[in-house]
Amino acid sequence: MPTTRIRTAAAALVALALAGGLSACGSSAKSSSAGSSSSAAAASSSGPAVKGTITVFAAASLQDAFTALGKSFEAAHPGTTVKFNFGGSSALAQSIVSGAPADVFAAASPATMKTVTDAKGAADTPTVFVRNTLEIAVANGNPKHLTSLQSLAAPGVKVALCAQQVPCGAAAVTALKLGNVNLTPVTLEQDVTSALTKVELGEVDASIVYQTDVKSANGKVAGVNFPEAAKAINDYPIADLAKAPNPDGAKAFEQYVESPAGLAVLTAAGFQLPSASSAAPSAAAS
Amino acid sequence: MTRRAPRPRIPIALLLPALLGLVFLVLPLVGLLVKAPWRSLPAELSSAEVWQALRLSLICATAATAISLVLGVPLAWLLARTEFPGRRVIRALVTLPLVLPPVVGGVALLLVLGRNGIVGRWLDSAFGITLPFTTPGVVVAEAFVAMPFLVISVEGALRAADPRYEEAAATLGASRLTAFRRVTLPLIAPGVAAGAVLAWARALGEFGATITFAGNFPGTTQTMPLAVYLALENDPEAAIALSLVLLAVSITVLVGLRGRWLSAT
Repeated sequence: MPTTRIRTAAAALVALALAGGLSACGSSAKSSSAGSSSSAAAASSSGPAVKGTITVFAAASLQDAFTALGKSFEAAHPGTTVKFNFGGSSALAQSIVSGAPADVFAAASPATMKTVTDAKGAADTPTVFVRNTLEIAVANGNPKHLTSLQSLAAPGVKVALCAQQVPCGAAAVTALKLGNVNLTPVTLEQDVTSALTKVELGEVDASIVYQTDVKSANGKVAGVNFPEAAKAINDYPIADLAKAPNPDGAKAFEQYVESPAGLAVLTAAGFQLPSASSAAPSAAAS
Repeated sequence: MTRRAPRPRIPIALLLPALLGLVFLVLPLVGLLVKAPWRSLPAELSSAEVWQALRLSLICATAATAISLVLGVPLAWLLARTEFPGRRVIRALVTLPLVLPPVVGGVALLLVLGRNGIVGRWLDSAFGITLPFTTPGVVVAEAFVAMPFLVISVEGALRAADPRYEEAAATLGASRLTAFRRVTLPLIAPGVAAGAVLAWARALGEFGATITFAGNFPGTTQTMPLAVYLALENDPEAAIALSLVLLAVSITVLVGLRGRWLSAT
């Protein structure tokens, strides 16, 4: 019968509206209590008691480590949800500058962070929390016997690089220059993960990615170290954002990332800790 | 002579949403024009890379349209004029790329035509042909996304065309192919042209399948939409300038052809 159907539909709608209203009340109550308690708790050494959603924009290369970090952060801070937007650092920086509602930005290079700080988008001075070294990713077993940066320039070797506009591309160009290698890649990918994927799929023979990417591929690709990588290290800065919808959450997440527990997750993923001298922000902005 | 039909009054209930719809569709384009760096525009556009990307875009879109015409018109005829089991399913499959996210299309193409793909492996070993990261790869990606537009409009034109002309031709002794070539094709020419324009415009704007399947390298696979996307990473002004060029080309073509072919009025 159509009437009963309408009635059930109406009942469902009312129920939905009620549930929605209730949950809205609940969340607003939660957030207001969080707001009052966080200011008190912030002073304590255990860090601010935070609630609500924390939106983190992070470089694509941080995806695995940060996903793990987000889960343990949520466990350590009940009532919080960490949402990630992973992508090319430059694109993320652009969307932050254009007003994307983000709380924390973790970039793969000081240059991309500079886009945000130049636009007065950061709430604090960015700090370098980890560094990442380049590595050559090749198919398992290294069928083309690629052992050095120079071997990538051999005829018949297909290489995918990151576009120069993104940090992994900029670092790769630095390394190639240092090694005096004149390389014509078949493609310039828009972030490091897509460069790695092209190796995983076997469409290219090699790509220059980060050590952490090779590690996170879980044995689907092999890594080849090269000496020039030592001079093309990328620093990863992190900052709270000026227009953060959840400033307490932003602070707490950044502190968590830089805590021994957070750094342990990152080093396990293959990141290196910055040496004391290079910890200064904007050191490698050039 | 001066008799005019009384202008029909447009109900407000229709006019208001119609105007809102118009604003919604046109405002972003206005935004592009307002934000455009007009002063530095000549400098932005005089770089060799821009013309390289534009030239590649135009060539690839045209080639993709040509492929769509050669394969799509017969396909549309098959769908409109013949009965065979599973025709509805085939029709749905043909139009799938219309709604499929282009990136998914790119992934699918990579898995089939890539160096390790089902067909790609054979192409590579038998003919030494690899499509990813090549200009023909761009054409393939664009044709995959654009051909359904052509098929749909040609099929629509075929269904609207009276099949009795073809029957008359058949009774006069024309073979089915001759009837198609001499009677049907001229009859549906406007529909074919409209479909070709749509397919061309779609191919010109293709991004997702291209960057996934063909990659991004200036001069080989970097079409305008890819150049716009990468420019946005660190030079938004350049991205706006490039977008303007693409916009101008698209509008010119659509406006120029619409009057002739796209509509009956």
